[in-house]
Amino acid sequence: MKHHLSRREFGLGAAATGAVLAAGGGVTRARAATPLRIGSLLPRSGFEALIGQGCQRSVEVAKKLLPEMGYSFEVIDADTESKPEVARTQAEKLIREGANILVGAFDSGQTFAIAQVAEQNGVPFVINIGSDPAITEQGYKFVFRNFPTSIMLGTNGLSRFNDLFKATGTTPKTAVLMHVNDTFGQSMLKGINALMPKLNLPFQIVETIAYDPQAKDLSIEVAKAKAAHADIHMVVTRLNDAILMTREMVKQKYDTMAVISPGSPGMYQTQFLKVLGKYAEYAITNVPWLDPKQQLAHTFEAAFTKAYPGEVCDIDAGFTFEGIMICADAYKRAQSTTPEALVEALKATDIKDRVMLGGSIKFNEKGQNINLPSACVQNRKGKPTVVLPADNAELKPVFPVPPWSKRT
Amino acid sequence: MLYLNIIVAGLLTGAVYGLMALGLSVIFGVIRVVNFAHGEMMVVGMYAAYLIAVETGLDPIAALPLVTAGLFLFGYILQRGLINRYIARPEHEQFLLLLAVATIITASLLMGFGPDARNVQLDYAYDSFQLGPLLLDKVRVLAALGAVLGVAALWAFFKLTRTGKAIRACADNQFGAEVVGLDVKRLYAVTFGIGAACVGAAGCLMLLLIDVQPYIATDYTLLAFIIVILGGLGSMPGALLGGLLVGVSEALSGFVVDPSLKSAFSFALLILVLLVRPQGLLGRA
Repeated sequence: MKHHLSRREFGLGAAATGAVLAAGGGVTRARAATPLRIGSLLPRSGFEALIGQGCQRSVEVAKKLLPEMGYSFEVIDADTESKPEVARTQAEKLIREGANILVGAFDSGQTFAIAQVAEQNGVPFVINIGSDPAITEQGYKFVFRNFPTSIMLGTNGLSRFNDLFKATGTTPKTAVLMHVNDTFGQSMLKGINALMPKLNLPFQIVETIAYDPQAKDLSIEVAKAKAAHADIHMVVTRLNDAILMTREMVKQKYDTMAVISPGSPGMYQTQFLKVLGKYAEYAITNVPWLDPKQQLAHTFEAAFTKAYPGEVCDIDAGFTFEGIMICADAYKRAQSTTPEALVEALKATDIKDRVMLGGSIKFNEKGQNINLPSACVQNRKGKPTVVLPADNAELKPVFPVPPWSKRT
Repeated sequence: MLYLNIIVAGLLTGAVYGLMALGLSVIFGVIRVVNFAHGEMMVVGMYAAYLIAVETGLDPIAALPLVTAGLFLFGYILQRGLINRYIARPEHEQFLLLLAVATIITASLLMGFGPDARNVQLDYAYDSFQLGPLLLDKVRVLAALGAVLGVAALWAFFKLTRTGKAIRACADNQFGAEVVGLDVKRLYAVTFGIGAACVGAAGCLMLLLIDVQPYIATDYTLLAFIIVILGGLGSMPGALLGGLLVGVSEALSGFVVDPSLKSAFSFALLILVLLVRPQGLLGRA
């Protein structure tokens, strides 16, 4: 049967089409008005889960605190499972789900994988934590890092050694270096070896010991370190291995002037302090830290402690919060979620009120923030405390530290 | 003297490794099923000891009989209810079944306990003995003593009890055992239970040495395989010998060569034994 369209039917159809088109336009406008969608990638399971979960706490605090400061955004969370290949697929998934910008991913290997995905898809990526210098040496246009490279960490961290020796009037002659044998540990080792002669440090490294990042027993490694009879025990650790190492040092009665990290995680973290108790005291880590002189640092720390009582608001928390803040700040200034506008805004970033020690958050032409000095942080009365530089210090440094048997 | 300390530390750790691998060897020696969920069962034992310690304050060594009994029951039910149906099936199906069991155990532990490393705070955790020139870690000594006692108890069970002898008969000749009227299905379940109990006991002792996390299981399954293949699959003394060899090899290679190469030396030892004596050091050809 043939059907002829009447004028009435045509009129109704035209009206309906117009309504649909208008609604479509509305949908388009509504899309443009949606807030920034930040894809957050963290190792929330796998061997780095403990730290990943710690970073996630900071993301949760940022979700509440930053909107109160006038920022508008929403976060899509993803788990990298501590594996670079999963980090890659999760980044691709977040982009498919509409993430306008990515942030993450704590670990250099995973961060590298995400950076490649971000660059291929033209989606901006802000690195919260990840220190491999090569990440910002690839000529990437969409990658920005608000974390020191391992060279910066090493340089700034090692520089603090001289400050510590000067402040306490004690100069060690030898050191043993124990380091985790992963991407981070290797790049730190390279940095330390390259910088030691340049920084005019008074001690020599007499033994270097690498160990498996997933080691469950470090008794042999510690026995080897003890056999070197060095003045100080330098470490590049992650969390679990830092605990294992300290336990073995106590058991093997291996006393040195101090256990010092030139810039690695582990010894300032909540779990380290909780598990080791009095044996966690006096451990020194030279890392970027929350600036006691910044108001935002206090506001953030208060919000963090209120949300997670008993957890230490540390470098991971601070940089993860700043990572989200940088994304939200770029969107606030760009007023757009297009990659080009966000990248331009990121390039022009200049955040003076920040959480971490150092000047404004600014990125150089490679996308690297270079205003990231290290503090000398010593565990005191169960809390990582800034002891140097003197201007920002809350307490004076203790060096040499009391032997294990004298800890109370 | 430093080397003596290192070797003794390796032997002490190796004894616990031996007890852990013993369960795998017992199960394979009798049932001829390779337990790919072995490390996961040890981690279950570790979490059980951890829970008991947290809830009641009981030391993992004191909790050992309870955990061993629990794991025996778990192994018995698992074999009777599930694995028994796969005994006559092709090996790849058994492999997939036990891999599935392993995955379920890990996922359940992850859901129940999360990914955090957990340990038991013991008063003597940091104690060590000075025995002449030897500095002995108290925890490691206790764990090794527990392991040696466990191995001795198992040896006595298989040599002196009727059930033990019946299980050995099943291992030697299943058909013959059935002909003389032994309940082979029940004995298989008991054997799997014993294997699980061994690994549960090892879990209690391992909790003294390392922190427990759901993800550590795979490494220990692999380690147990290296040990039993070294010592001879199905041989009880072989499992203990393999454990001690791996313990000492890890300690010495870590100290003399490079700690990062500890596992590589264990594998090198395994390849060497497979080349020279494929049935393992104490295995039957």
